[in-house]
Amino acid sequence: MPFMFHAIALTPLNLLGLTVVAVPVLLVAALGLPFLYGRPLSERWIGRIVQSGMIVGLLASLGVLGLMLAQGTRSVTLDLGHWVSLPHFHFAFKFVFDRLSVPFAILSFVLCGTIGAFANKYLHREPGFARFFMQYALFVMGMIFTSLAGTIESLFFGWELVGVSSAMLVAFFHERTAPVRNGLRVWIVYRISDAALLVAAVVLHHLRGEGDFSALMGIYPWPESHTVLTGNEPLIIGLLLLVAAAGKSALVPFSGWLPRAMEGPTPSSAVFYGALSVHLGAYLLLRVSPLLDASPTLSALVLILGLVSAMFGALASRAQTDVKCALAFASLTQVGLIVAEIGAGLPRYIPLVHILGHACLRTLQFLRASSVLTDFRQLENAIGSRLPPFSSPLGRFVPAALRVPLYRLAVQRGYLDALLFEYIARPVLGLFRLCDSLERRWTDFLSGGQSRESDRALGAASTLDDLSL
Amino acid sequence: MNLDLPLLELAILIPLAGAAIVSRIGNSDQARLWCLGFCGAAFACTVGEWLDFHTLHAEIAHDPGLLARSMGDFLEIDALSAPLLPLTALIYLLTAIATLRTKIRRFSFAGTLLSLALALAVLSCRNPWGIIGLLALRTVAPYLELRARGKPTRVYVLHMALFVVTLAAGWLFVELEGLHRAHSLWAVLPLLIAVLIRTGGFPFHCWVTDLFEHATFGTALLYLTPMMGAYVAVRLVVPIAPEWVLQSIGLISLATAVYSAGMALVQREARRFFSYIYLSHSALVLVGLETLNPIGLTGALCVWLSAALSLAGFGLTLRALEARHGRLSLTNYHGVYEHTPLLAVCFLLTGFACVGFPGTFGFLGTELLVDGAVQTFPHIGVAVVIAAALNGIAVVQAYFKLFTGTRHVSTVPLQIGLRERLAVLSLAALILGGGIFPQLIVPARHHAAERILSQREPPKPAGLHPGETAQFSAKSRPPKPK
Repeated sequence: MPFMFHAIALTPLNLLGLTVVAVPVLLVAALGLPFLYGRPLSERWIGRIVQSGMIVGLLASLGVLGLMLAQGTRSVTLDLGHWVSLPHFHFAFKFVFDRLSVPFAILSFVLCGTIGAFANKYLHREPGFARFFMQYALFVMGMIFTSLAGTIESLFFGWELVGVSSAMLVAFFHERTAPVRNGLRVWIVYRISDAALLVAAVVLHHLRGEGDFSALMGIYPWPESHTVLTGNEPLIIGLLLLVAAAGKSALVPFSGWLPRAMEGPTPSSAVFYGALSVHLGAYLLLRVSPLLDASPTLSALVLILGLVSAMFGALASRAQTDVKCALAFASLTQVGLIVAEIGAGLPRYIPLVHILGHACLRTLQFLRASSVLTDFRQLENAIGSRLPPFSSPLGRFVPAALRVPLYRLAVQRGYLDALLFEYIARPVLGLFRLCDSLERRWTDFLSGGQSRESDRALGAASTLDDLSL
Repeated sequence: MNLDLPLLELAILIPLAGAAIVSRIGNSDQARLWCLGFCGAAFACTVGEWLDFHTLHAEIAHDPGLLARSMGDFLEIDALSAPLLPLTALIYLLTAIATLRTKIRRFSFAGTLLSLALALAVLSCRNPWGIIGLLALRTVAPYLELRARGKPTRVYVLHMALFVVTLAAGWLFVELEGLHRAHSLWAVLPLLIAVLIRTGGFPFHCWVTDLFEHATFGTALLYLTPMMGAYVAVRLVVPIAPEWVLQSIGLISLATAVYSAGMALVQREARRFFSYIYLSHSALVLVGLETLNPIGLTGALCVWLSAALSLAGFGLTLRALEARHGRLSLTNYHGVYEHTPLLAVCFLLTGFACVGFPGTFGFLGTELLVDGAVQTFPHIGVAVVIAAALNGIAVVQAYFKLFTGTRHVSTVPLQIGLRERLAVLSLAALILGGGIFPQLIVPARHHAAERILSQREPPKPAGLHPGETAQFSAKSRPPKPK
């Protein structure tokens, strides 16, 4: 097939659907192309473009919802045809509007629009203003593609965009070392998550010859769909998707990146790690929930992972010394609970509503975080006395002997980063450094002297430093 | 079938004549201008040849030029080589364009044109001895440069000598044993070693890092990015080698891809980092070529194009940075983003395109490659994903080291010039265009893959050394071409 696009019926629903998908793409093009051609836009124009894009996208997605409700349609597929079609390999470009994706797309537009308006003032005259909105546009595109993906490849496309834009935004204040190091840490965890998702896509292709979710979950609309996979297939694919979800949603043992992500500007912390990005893992599990129904083992694992993450988040959030980190762990607690709800097999609308509610609340809290001390003072002035210090009533039930170790565990964020570094990163990097020194000896031997001219360019530090704590 | 115009012949003769003319020009500025003209003309010819071939809908097309006809079927193109020719010419053209005035005294423009002519001749040639001879000739220019600059040459010479000897010896045995039969280890093993050396497969990869250490960045880039090792594998090894040999190359390449990606993580200097990224991608292409299934092979041919283009862009970005700051250490932060934001974007774009990031040229190729690798190597094919993940981490780590982490203070402007901007934007357009419209490339690559597989005819029993000959299994036997 020489070209990809199918002729799409120009129904109002399809046109609105196309608008929802096209808006983020146009936003990226509108912000990115002037920069590439050396004509960066002014703050005013960037603000206008972002605002217009978010409003049009939101209205279009609300229109899709309205028409679907009016027509009683449960699911609409926007099939743009095969991106590539080879014998035994199809890469379809397909978006699905159903009861899961439409609310998530609306949530994305509402929260991204709010954050766009907030950041327009918050980052006024910041040197990286245009850079922030470029990464923001990539993030919006990634979110919409992930939310509406009808194939695992389209989902992967959006998933990666969310990952790279998030990592770059963590490193937004890039003239300092700490944000850059933290950005790299976030990126490493995201790559693990991406790798798991890519392997899942390949396995699905292997089993079904295509990556359509309909090949995975049958033709019935969400949440009534049932998987067509048999035997151990749901468990294998489900486990890979669980790793991907755990990385993206900062579930245990990948939770270490969540506080690190708070190095970014407050608007990005709010929308990405507090509201949208951190829920993507739970969203993925909801999308493939028929796999969980087919595999009790997988459901149990999801439930356990969710509960452990929730408990860890609750514990860690109580010992944080800055408000953004405390909120980040509070988010993790809720995300853990959402995952546990999915694993426990509760009606699928419960975790979905939980996601929507939690994302909105957390965005509000993050946006108020930078003025929390002012809020406290105003409250104290209003009541005419100091607010009583907060102490959890649950603390009374913790045995005295456990309080210090638990506090230490919470302050050190479960030692998760240290454990991952000590037992995975350090040995792997150590091995490659050993290989590097052996190669040096070998080339020195072959060339009969010092073979590495590059040594002259080196400083004293080591690249390992970036991957250490 | 013949091409309508002798563009293939012209594409080779123009840079050849250009090399002779430019070598007589003493002024470096003028030499660069002439070089740009000749490279541009060669590029235009190769694009014309590609379009000509595309409109012919032929399996193989011969050049109608006088010289080509006098040489028999020496110059011909097929679905494999048709896009590789303009790609190679483009890499040379962009490298010449992006060479800064500060570097033009060091960079040999005549040598570049000669190297271009040889590279195009290799890719236009399907005659095995022609390929071997031309590749042997192509090894000379980097050696002469290393000698002229007073750099150590032993690592390069040892590896290239072994490459030429094993390649020639292997093919000699193949011809002695007859083309259409299973070949003995005497024929297959030297060819296997030759391919591994030229692609930089473990443990024969050290010459690549050594070349990047000592040669000019431009020379090393031009010698390596067209990925001639993969071309040798497709032309000389895949059609005749038994399945176990190809699987062995595939497994070694798989290990090399992961190893090199891991090594890229711990490098302390930018050129060495780039050389390992190159090695990893070169090995990934080879993994796909040895999968012996249409999907994996299509993926390999796509990754070949995308990796060559992206690596060239990635290398040119590093080269532009080096031209401003000297050799770049990766042990400390340089923070040059504010001075060269476009270079930073290009660095990320080309780096992500290398690792198959969605929306870039490499995405679909990588996906096909992973799929094909898992089909052939069910349990370890996933290593391709691990290599891609490690490469992605290494690219971002290098980006942070070079462009961020501190505020670089400079008393002179470091922005990129018009020529560099042109090179960077051309690459960005191709990388993103290839990512958005992969269907313009992928079906043609699939056709080329099927043709390569159809050349693997089932061999007649050898009967020479029963223990040393390999059998073609029914699984690897390609379907008859329709």
